[in-house]
Amino acid sequence: MFKYIVKRIGMAIITLWAIITITFILMNAVPGDPIRTESKMPPEVYENLKEKYGLNKPYHEQYLIYLGNIARGDFGESMKSNTQTVNQMIGSGFPVSAYLGFQALLVALCFGPVLGVIASLNQNKWPDYFSMVIAIIGISVPSFVLGTVLIQFVAAKSGGLLPVAGWRSFRHTILPTIALAMSPLAFIARLMRSSMLEVLNQDYIKTAKSKGLSRGVVIVKHAIRNAILPIISVLGTITTNLVVGSFVVEKIFAIPGLGMYFVSSITSRDYPIIMGTTVFYALVLIVMLLIVDIAYVLIDPRINIMKEEG
Amino acid sequence: MKVEYSPELFMPSEKGDKDSEKIHRPSIKYWSDVWRRLKENKLAMFGLVIIVALVFMAIIGTHLSGFKYYEQNLSNTNQSPNSVHWFGTDDLGRDMFTRIWYGARYSLLIGVAAALIDFTCGVLYGGIAGMASNKVDSWMMRIAEVIYSIPYMLIVIMMMVVFTEADSLLVMILALGLTGWVPMAILVRGQVLQLRENEYVTAANSLGASKWWILRKHIIPNAMGPILVNVTLLVPTAIFAEATLSFIGLGIEAPKSSWGTMASDGLAGLAIGHGYQLFIPAIFISLTMFAFNVLGDGLRDALDPRLRK
Repeated sequence: MFKYIVKRIGMAIITLWAIITITFILMNAVPGDPIRTESKMPPEVYENLKEKYGLNKPYHEQYLIYLGNIARGDFGESMKSNTQTVNQMIGSGFPVSAYLGFQALLVALCFGPVLGVIASLNQNKWPDYFSMVIAIIGISVPSFVLGTVLIQFVAAKSGGLLPVAGWRSFRHTILPTIALAMSPLAFIARLMRSSMLEVLNQDYIKTAKSKGLSRGVVIVKHAIRNAILPIISVLGTITTNLVVGSFVVEKIFAIPGLGMYFVSSITSRDYPIIMGTTVFYALVLIVMLLIVDIAYVLIDPRINIMKEEG
Repeated sequence: MKVEYSPELFMPSEKGDKDSEKIHRPSIKYWSDVWRRLKENKLAMFGLVIIVALVFMAIIGTHLSGFKYYEQNLSNTNQSPNSVHWFGTDDLGRDMFTRIWYGARYSLLIGVAAALIDFTCGVLYGGIAGMASNKVDSWMMRIAEVIYSIPYMLIVIMMMVVFTEADSLLVMILALGLTGWVPMAILVRGQVLQLRENEYVTAANSLGASKWWILRKHIIPNAMGPILVNVTLLVPTAIFAEATLSFIGLGIEAPKSSWGTMASDGLAGLAIGHGYQLFIPAIFISLTMFAFNVLGDGLRDALDPRLRK
């Protein structure tokens, strides 16, 4: 077990290194000079700026400095405004995004499996069709469409009960959470349905039933406990989708999260900010994947890592 | 009991009798069987009809209204759908009907092209890994695992940001294609490992067929079912990614249009009461996602032998 965790952490570090390297290569592949594009400036100023950002050093030295900065937790600073660093942006934006993301994840994890279980227990009856219609809508409708529909038809008509935009109270979080949670919820519901249908056909369910256990006990203790495992294994993918979804949802609802800052730095083509935020996002996602993978092994006793070692 | 043997019994049989061993009903081929079961799935067929209709309209739709996609008419902006402009006009007075079908070309092209790149890379990488020795295989899979855990959307965004000078359509297709092939490779490798234990592979091997030949002629055709399902589901993923990228400002540049850029532009129209500018492209994105998803699901059900009745 310990060996597996160490190996897995090693893989995570390699992945992160790969991302940092790709980021660095792409950053230097940007056509044109990041400083000179702004305006005409005296050569001394130009040289000083180059000195300040370390652009006068050879590439490999720049690369090592970049790696070192990230290892120390410094994700870089804006070249467009002197006041903002990526770390400040993360400091003010990340808690907001994390709150929204976890709330949406919670909603998806509560309602998705329930919908899937209801569908599977009533296969080809109306609750099944109802759940799957919700799931198909959730998968087919992009979050930016859902978000604008919610603003237009729910927030605008709720008489101020559900605010149109902003981030001040719990009421402000309700609509963005729905917009963000819908697609993972639908994904989980579909996965849960097919996983339940598979489990319900297994022999041990028949055994449990013939032992005379009540329907409720069979479903909760035998079926759901086994059917929920695939959900855990896709949690990493779902987190990634939540992050991408947050770019869009935060933009629509004007939420001061990291996603909104990221999108506005894309719009203003502020390269160092984009690169720094990307590396930070990658770090968060890789840590999440790591947690999910280790949790999966701990939860499912059938996965025996030691056997794979040979 | 005495049996009569006459010389005639030992004559060669007539030609007509040879057909007695013939199977009269044509045997049902694998793909026609799949097609038969797919036809019974109404939802999947509905999806297929939508896709065919969308492709057809993407080809001829731009010529129907008599307007060009770039044709601006500043005295005729923000018209709600009417008999001249069937889907209305946008904030520059361009005909939305023409722009929708012009955008359909790009959205569908991005979806299909990205799916094809994923398909090619995935089948090649997964096939080679599956046929190679254990050591090569485990290294190839380790590399794939690292690539897989890189959040692909971040890389796509970075590529789009960095290569702004280049043709954004090409960059988007390449970025989506190059980052999305790993699940396909993992799937194909799994199939190869399973299929290469079959007798027909042993037979081909003992007849002296090369590994490449076996992969191409025996294994890939037999793994085509799950691969096809995956491709069907890759198309909407790419279209979805394109729409999201366009929405955060990394789309195709004007005057070209895709559904994503149109929805993004429509957001401004929504604020001033022209909701149709957002909802029309949004409906087409959702419809396409729906069609490909139900077709993919139907295809998976049709291919799954466990669901055979």
